[in-house]
Amino acid sequence: MSSIGTGYDLSVTTFSPDGRVFQIEYAAKAVDNSGTVVGIKCKDGVVLGVEKLIASKMMLPGSNRRIHAVHRHSGMAVAGLAADGRQIVARAKSEATNYESVYGEQIPVKELADRVASYVHLCTLYWWLRPFGCGVILGGYDRDGPQLYMVEPSGVSHRYFGTSIGKGRQAAKTEIEKLKLSEMTCRQGVIEVAKIIYGVHDEAKDKAFELEMSWVCDESNRQHQKVPDDLLEEAKAAAKAALEEMDAD
Amino acid sequence: MIVDSSSPAPAKKSLLLSSEADLQRTQTPYVTGTSVIAIKYKDGILIAADMGGSYGSTLRYKNVERIRPVGKHSLIGASGEISDFQEILRYLDELILNDSMWDDGNSLGPKEVHNYLTRVMYNRRNKFNPLWNSLILGGVKNGQKYLGTVNMIGVHYEDNHVATGFGNHLARPILREEWNENLTFEEGVKLLEKCMRVLLYRDRSAVNKLQIAKITDEGFTISQPYSLKTQWKFKAFENPTVGAEGSW
Repeated sequence: MSSIGTGYDLSVTTFSPDGRVFQIEYAAKAVDNSGTVVGIKCKDGVVLGVEKLIASKMMLPGSNRRIHAVHRHSGMAVAGLAADGRQIVARAKSEATNYESVYGEQIPVKELADRVASYVHLCTLYWWLRPFGCGVILGGYDRDGPQLYMVEPSGVSHRYFGTSIGKGRQAAKTEIEKLKLSEMTCRQGVIEVAKIIYGVHDEAKDKAFELEMSWVCDESNRQHQKVPDDLLEEAKAAAKAALEEMDAD
Repeated sequence: MIVDSSSPAPAKKSLLLSSEADLQRTQTPYVTGTSVIAIKYKDGILIAADMGGSYGSTLRYKNVERIRPVGKHSLIGASGEISDFQEILRYLDELILNDSMWDDGNSLGPKEVHNYLTRVMYNRRNKFNPLWNSLILGGVKNGQKYLGTVNMIGVHYEDNHVATGFGNHLARPILREEWNENLTFEEGVKLLEKCMRVLLYRDRSAVNKLQIAKITDEGFTISQPYSLKTQWKFKAFENPTVGAEGSW
């Protein structure tokens, strides 16, 4: 997959002869090397989950949040360069509050995804900016129900039933495709996401990880919030049990 | 810059008199709310206010909600310019939103909201562009009751019972006599209704449609609007023109 773009990869404003912009592809590699991030849309809401690879045993559990609230009704999980992610989240928050103060209602998730995507794309148009080295999974609940979007470093954004980015995304996508999302509630979805993340975690290459999950659903009053502790523990236990079952085979 | 000391007055117009500073002058209020009164009681805070919005001496709007929740732990009651109150509610909404987006298990309590409002009010006053309101901020967090007030010049204090406007003159003397820290909910409501009735008789901008709000550790309720019973059948009011024919 990797090809040397000698000479054509020095600037984001240079196309290669075969029509690729290498800088954007390299930005995507930064996302691919990060811990897996999973998002699914269940029948009553959206669940986001992140495999937070722990860099040091000194870090306090619960620190280094990777899922951020963008407004009351939506949240964003970030993969890739954490500092770049902060910028995107800050911009999304600002777009959301600006929309509300102008139009008097919460920003529709589609509009928010559009604005975030435009912002990310903006940074691929000028030689004096570099593309964002992070991909974002955005989940929200508005008048049209729960919605899930993903924005890549190139600035493309699609709406999904389920998606994943980061190291284990291929394996995660396979697992997601097996799920019957339209019949699942978010309570069940939380358990499934935990199972997927525990399942794709590579014990050999990366040692420890912390699971962070959030949801927006009818149960959470259509507000974005961290998955409640008791449900999170239940999900982790179910995921570990599922792993052991697989190992036992 | 060399100033010509021979000229009688500075040639340059002072910034305080320039048209840019005109945008920042003390205003006059247009649509105003009258008194708000509040007391601490056994389980939390009770706040009462009528639903009137006066346009000068006209009792123009009769469905103005002057008591609102702020976050999970507080209630705000406002008198004064209603449009400035609506602006304050926007500031508070932004404050609470940003606080909740941390999603860290903490939330702003009444003391913190009161302090924020005090800073806003005082800073606006210092720019000669006040928010023309007197505010009451009451709430309960982790069992601790808090009741405070702040007005358009930034004067702020906490007490067991507070009032704005005419309430300070008519209601607080009653509260000083009859308040105690073990009031039940029913006793508290009766006490507030007694004060609101006096205000209804004596404050010309009062309307007979009020709401009483309560906030405890469990949450808040704001009552549906209702009216107080008043008594006008005094002998001195009967046949008022008997001593002066032709008058009314």
